Amino acid sequence: MSLVQSFPLFSIVLGLLCAVVCFVTPKQWGRRITLALLLASCVMQGWVLRFCYGNQAGYTYQLGHYPAPWGSEITAGLLEPGLGLLCSAVMLLAVIGGGRHIGHDVADGKQHLYWVAVDLTLSALLAMCYTNDIFTAYVFIEICTISACALLAVREGGRSLIASVRYMVFALIGSSLFLIGVVFTYAVTGQLLFPQLREAVAALWAAGTYRFAMTVAIALMTAGLAVKSGCFPFHGWLPDAHSQATTASSCILSGVIVKGYAVLLIKIIYRAIGAEVFMASGAQHVLLLLGIGGMVGCSIDAIFAKRLKVMIAFSSAAQIGYLFMGIGMGTAAGLTAALLQIVNHAITKPMLFLSGSQLADASHGRMDFPSLRGAGHRNVPAGILFTIGAVSMVGVPLLAGFIPKLYFAREAFTLGWQRWPVLLGLAVSTVLNVLYFLYTAVLIWLPQEADCRFKPVTPHWDEFVPGFVLAGLNVAMGIHPGPLVALIEKAVALLGR
Amino acid sequence: MANSDSAFRRWLRGEVDLSAELRTAEMPAPPEGERYEPRHHPALIRMIARQSHRLYVALVAVLCVVLFTVLLLAAANLPAYGDAEAPTNNQVSERYVNQGVEETGALNAVAGMMLDYRAFNTLGESFVLFAALCVVTVLMTRGRRKHPLPSETDYADYYADPIVHTMCKVIIPVILVFGVYVLVNGHLSPGGGFSGGAILSSALIIYAMVWGDERAHGAIRESTVRRTAALALGFYAVSKTCSFYMAANGLTGVASPGVPGRIFSAGLILPLNVAVGLVVCCTMYSFYMFFRRGAL
Amino acid sequence: MGAMFDHLLHNYEEAAAIALLSIGFCMLLFDRNLLKKVIGLDIMNSGVFLLLADRGYIAGGKAPVMTEAAAEATRYVNPIPAGLVLVGIVVSVSMSALMLALTVRVYQTYRTLDVDHLYMLMSHRRKGGRA
Repeated sequence: MSLVQSFPLFSIVLGLLCAVVCFVTPKQWGRRITLALLLASCVMQGWVLRFCYGNQAGYTYQLGHYPAPWGSEITAGLLEPGLGLLCSAVMLLAVIGGGRHIGHDVADGKQHLYWVAVDLTLSALLAMCYTNDIFTAYVFIEICTISACALLAVREGGRSLIASVRYMVFALIGSSLFLIGVVFTYAVTGQLLFPQLREAVAALWAAGTYRFAMTVAIALMTAGLAVKSGCFPFHGWLPDAHSQATTASSCILSGVIVKGYAVLLIKIIYRAIGAEVFMASGAQHVLLLLGIGGMVGCSIDAIFAKRLKVMIAFSSAAQIGYLFMGIGMGTAAGLTAALLQIVNHAITKPMLFLSGSQLADASHGRMDFPSLRGAGHRNVPAGILFTIGAVSMVGVPLLAGFIPKLYFAREAFTLGWQRWPVLLGLAVSTVLNVLYFLYTAVLIWLPQEADCRFKPVTPHWDEFVPGFVLAGLNVAMGIHPGPLVALIEKAVALLGR
Repeated sequence: MANSDSAFRRWLRGEVDLSAELRTAEMPAPPEGERYEPRHHPALIRMIARQSHRLYVALVAVLCVVLFTVLLLAAANLPAYGDAEAPTNNQVSERYVNQGVEETGALNAVAGMMLDYRAFNTLGESFVLFAALCVVTVLMTRGRRKHPLPSETDYADYYADPIVHTMCKVIIPVILVFGVYVLVNGHLSPGGGFSGGAILSSALIIYAMVWGDERAHGAIRESTVRRTAALALGFYAVSKTCSFYMAANGLTGVASPGVPGRIFSAGLILPLNVAVGLVVCCTMYSFYMFFRRGAL
Repeated sequence: MGAMFDHLLHNYEEAAAIALLSIGFCMLLFDRNLLKKVIGLDIMNSGVFLLLADRGYIAGGKAPVMTEAAAEATRYVNPIPAGLVLVGIVVSVSMSALMLALTVRVYQTYRTLDVDHLYMLMSHRRKGGRA
């Protein structure tokens, strides 16, 4: 067994260890340790991805001396290291770009705890990506929830406390539903590891025994993860949580954490339950309709948002809708589009949050639209970044946002009755996106009023360089999506095997 | 007793609002900048709240009834209670029970399962506690603005009471010994890191309650608690990762099951139990101190 | 339907667990007092743990601790649910501590525990301010 194959385990444990070290060392070390960890994690995930891509196969890594049904294991195909790389890279750029805001928003005595929370979040996300055991997944979901709450509540002032309460109430309902689902699954199959679970579920489904309990278990696990990732009717917590946090936390919460739960859902559907059984249970139609509801409903909410960050947060909820619509299509091509949407959203949304809060900084920290008028002139790099992000969100060709929409639309024509709701949802959502994103993008470039009391600012390199890296990725994905699409198609093929 | 009984009855009937109970205790007024100033008329806010609450209650009631019915039906569909032929009693649990002693060296099959067969879960579990400790620290530590803390006189002074004081002097060592016993016998008898750690922390909490938390703060230093928890977590993560790495590469570990039934047996289970126990003890004690005095 | 009811009577422990769970769930959703929401959460988790622990029971089984006293037992109960419940309890303790800390902070800052009131504050305070 080569050293590369141990990297998933090492990166998870390294995240936990760094969290512990940050907990006992002074705060100036926390930042350095976390940056080093995120960089190391990027390298390790990239290496694992290269290894798996070279072999064109995934592998299973046994944790401990006991083989599969008795011990735990983690698994790496192409999906897992790819998403691990995406999470690590986005978190790295987010903490660099939001570094100044962390210094401003987080009290001195708590800064080391902020870095602890970032490390734990990374570790939990990686574990959720790589795990092959449903109960390990539950434990790391909880670590992710708790550290996300720390990322949110660490901010001084504002309404982050109320947002945390709201987030926690939804998150707790979500984890409880998921846990009940796990209990029912265990009760009827007696297995906890994904491959054995899948065999047991398939056997049960074929025999027709305990079918109702199994359906309820599937529904509960899906509902729990949907609540946690802010799927449409349960998205009440999402706009507050994402807009009240400090900038780096907003990027992490919106860019990667909600995706972590969605990826886990995908893994559970395809690896633990089995796509055939999941599709037979009919849960995918519910996901599809909820996704379309989110695409339209949250976009309407975004139009009525009064503040920039709230608008971006509602747009996140709408983008999560696209993702669930892709899962709900139930086909490999639909899943490919959903994963493209994950990548697109993970690189575009942090860019919008970073540049949006810099535009607000150029307006004395005010987030309301009248104050933001002409903000692009006061901070030109942030204005350019925001414009690229907004145009990408609308779905203009040659930018990343266009690619998943194209694949969703292409896949829609192969579907049956789902074709019309999907196409209608895509069309309405795109029009609504034009309304709010283009409006904002135009607003920040309007000429400033003569009596404008805000002064232009000169941004520091660490504020716009991460944004430009994300913008570069965005344009690259938009112009030349071929390699990424090929990678994701292979990952999907490996996932179902 | 009659008084407390009737208060309990009233609470059962839903007449006591806990928030009202809390309000009677004088809380320090928040500083000017943090206080909430209503922008709209309070009556208007209340009216909107009432209307939206009604809609919410109706929707949630439907949801609860549906969920309750579905879960009951699903429970009826589960294998019968206590059935030896249920799918859960398969070769997985059989091996834990039948070969557990031989393979892990632990007489307690639950400890063997948690700390050897499925040790990765337990690693995550101790980090759940650690993450909760971090959030509680974040929330309860006063940041830039200092809130005055409630003074000592708000609480009963147990130290002045000769009965409580004397009894605690006797009982704390007993609790500590019992806690250590449960902790180190985790692989031989029911118990282990989680229960042992909780018992140990109860001794510390009683000490802080009776002798006053200032004195406890002096005796058990903040840095000691934090470093102990960090060291124990670090030890767990590192030792288990080494063991996983060696197992994946086909190496046999240095820790052997030993002679089942001895204290020093069962390989890594005993040190891991002690590490988990220390984490639990430090976390529970920290929770108490944070809620009590706003600092460790 | 009758068969299903019989089965439910046989699975009375599970039915009790589901009842407990539903009580907690209703409390978590209906009660406006944040403190009671936390209590509801704990009740709900107790229901889940009871359900999970029941799944490990085997009629006539002994606790799976292989001491000499228990060595002659023919059958031990399933240790897996016990371990999972232990994990669940620790998670539940952590979540309760977190929620109680949030409750304390919310009360110190806003002087209310009424969740609806808090959500109203969320949308009515300092519009246009720095978020």
